[in-house]
Amino acid sequence: MDFGPHLMLASLEGAVIAAILVLTAMGLSIVFGVMRVVNVAHGEFFMLGAVLAWFVTSLIGGHPAIGFAMAVIVAPLLVGALAASADWLILKRIDYDPDRTIVGTIGLLFVIQQTTLMTFGPEARPVEAPFNQRLSLPWFEFGENGLAMTWPWGLSTTSYKLFVIAAALVVLVALWLFLTRTKVGLIMRATQQDSEMAKAFGVPVGLVYSCVFGLGAGLAALGAVLVVPIQQAHYLMGADPLLLAFIVVIIGGLGSLPGTVIAAVLIGMSDGIISVFFSPTLAKIIATFLVAMVLVFRPQGLMGKVSS
Amino acid sequence: MTFLSKPNMLHLGILLALVALFFVLPTYHVGALSRIMVLAIYAMGFNLLFGYTGLLSLGHAMFFAAGMYGLGLAIKFLGAPVPVAFLIAMISSALLGLVVGFLALRTVGVAFMIVTLMFAQTAYLVVLYFGEYTRGDEGFVLQQAERLVFGMDITTETGRYFAAFTLFAVCFLGVAKLVQTPFGKRLVAIRENEERARMLGYDAGRYKLLALIVSATISGIAGATYAVLFGYVGATFATVQYSILPLLWVLLGGAGTTIGPLIGVFFMFYLIDASSAYTNAYMLIAGAVLILLTVFAPRGLAGILRSKVMPWLP
Repeated sequence: MDFGPHLMLASLEGAVIAAILVLTAMGLSIVFGVMRVVNVAHGEFFMLGAVLAWFVTSLIGGHPAIGFAMAVIVAPLLVGALAASADWLILKRIDYDPDRTIVGTIGLLFVIQQTTLMTFGPEARPVEAPFNQRLSLPWFEFGENGLAMTWPWGLSTTSYKLFVIAAALVVLVALWLFLTRTKVGLIMRATQQDSEMAKAFGVPVGLVYSCVFGLGAGLAALGAVLVVPIQQAHYLMGADPLLLAFIVVIIGGLGSLPGTVIAAVLIGMSDGIISVFFSPTLAKIIATFLVAMVLVFRPQGLMGKVSS
Repeated sequence: MTFLSKPNMLHLGILLALVALFFVLPTYHVGALSRIMVLAIYAMGFNLLFGYTGLLSLGHAMFFAAGMYGLGLAIKFLGAPVPVAFLIAMISSALLGLVVGFLALRTVGVAFMIVTLMFAQTAYLVVLYFGEYTRGDEGFVLQQAERLVFGMDITTETGRYFAAFTLFAVCFLGVAKLVQTPFGKRLVAIRENEERARMLGYDAGRYKLLALIVSATISGIAGATYAVLFGYVGATFATVQYSILPLLWVLLGGAGTTIGPLIGVFFMFYLIDASSAYTNAYMLIAGAVLILLTVFAPRGLAGILRSKVMPWLP
């Protein structure tokens, strides 16, 4: 395969990674934006989404699409409810102190991860995709007789991967409409801007925090349900999404939602492209180090505003 | 402060008790206690930064690993004798502390935690990347012949216990002394109110950097000691888990106290030891303890002792 088609294949893989990443990072970003806390257990909510998808699809027999559709609804709801109760049980009691929240969510990370190990087991388990046709892609090239369309061998994707990209876009638009056009979204944004003032105007800030924490975890779980037919469910799968989501939220500017989207696309695409052409470990070393450097020299991120 | 002050007596009493325990305990617990003392050195290094200076690093495993690999690689590839390799380990962890501190201390709060976490992740990946030398996750074993200190064999149960004890005692008394000096008091001042410490004319940035370097060096000493006493060097010790563990020990024992790290490591070790008889998911216990501590006892065991029984506790 030539360089051009190879690059296109890498970009398609990158777009799938970016689609999942944008959902996961959005969850982390909303939680940080509204509550001003860092949720280290975010990756475990992602993992729980994938594991629950496996449980749901294996409970419901029949066509894989039925089980998958159930999983898309059930897994995010269950994970969201779990996160909201964790917020009520732990975070509320330590008054959302930033340092203690980090320590508490590290504890939560281990509890969720190890409980999954005890119940789900150490194996990686696959979930069947609801549909999975192989689609060959054309490639355009200037040849001797003008523009010619060829079908290079190996340049193909699956219908499911395209569905993942589309689904992420739909969720993103829905989320944007929810935050800007509904009353609940308005209340969330009011709490984000000034929680004291929101409380004075009768906004139940405690309830909003629980809902936001649940929403963030639900988004991560949704991303995981979408990715699980491509990547198997495993009890340690939460670490990589957590690190990537962190990177995205930092690069995008802590708490800035548009910045998060841009950074997720940037990082997802480059992660896909770099790992096709270079050694994955070296790519990870460079990426991690560069992000730390961004945080050192430009703590507000690419899109963030300088806080007073 | 006189020599016979309560804190001094407490510290000497603990050291005497550790010597006495060697003659009383059965072999298994002697081995466990040597391990606890080495890990307590690591916890003390972490405590100096977290408990006294108020800087929460989530990447201390890189300093532990710097000491461990500094010693291990020096022995394996340079054929250095243990004391020289130990010195190399201390220098490499101190240098890493200098570089990381220089960069990471530009950030504060949550950003500092994330930056240290990422530097540690980079360090871990670097260890894996140079797998040709470091043997990656698999690690490598230091032979018994390579682990002689001035001709003494520290691989026997007795030798190991007293080698661990000696280093523990030096670091324990050293840190206890350090936090009583004007330098230590300034670190506490920075923890309590950095703005105010700066207004009083102290160069807060310089003190934080110094604290990080000392903390990194002590953590490196712990890593090097672990490598030489147990004869194994591996990438597991550079993972996030080994950055979280010292936080857990210090929180459990009591941050900002001299005896907290030892208490924390001791309780956590036996808690995990007891629970691993029932389940292989022993980190579940660690997670639950972390949550319970943050919610109910943010000051740890020594903190409770200090507020209830012994207000003079250092």
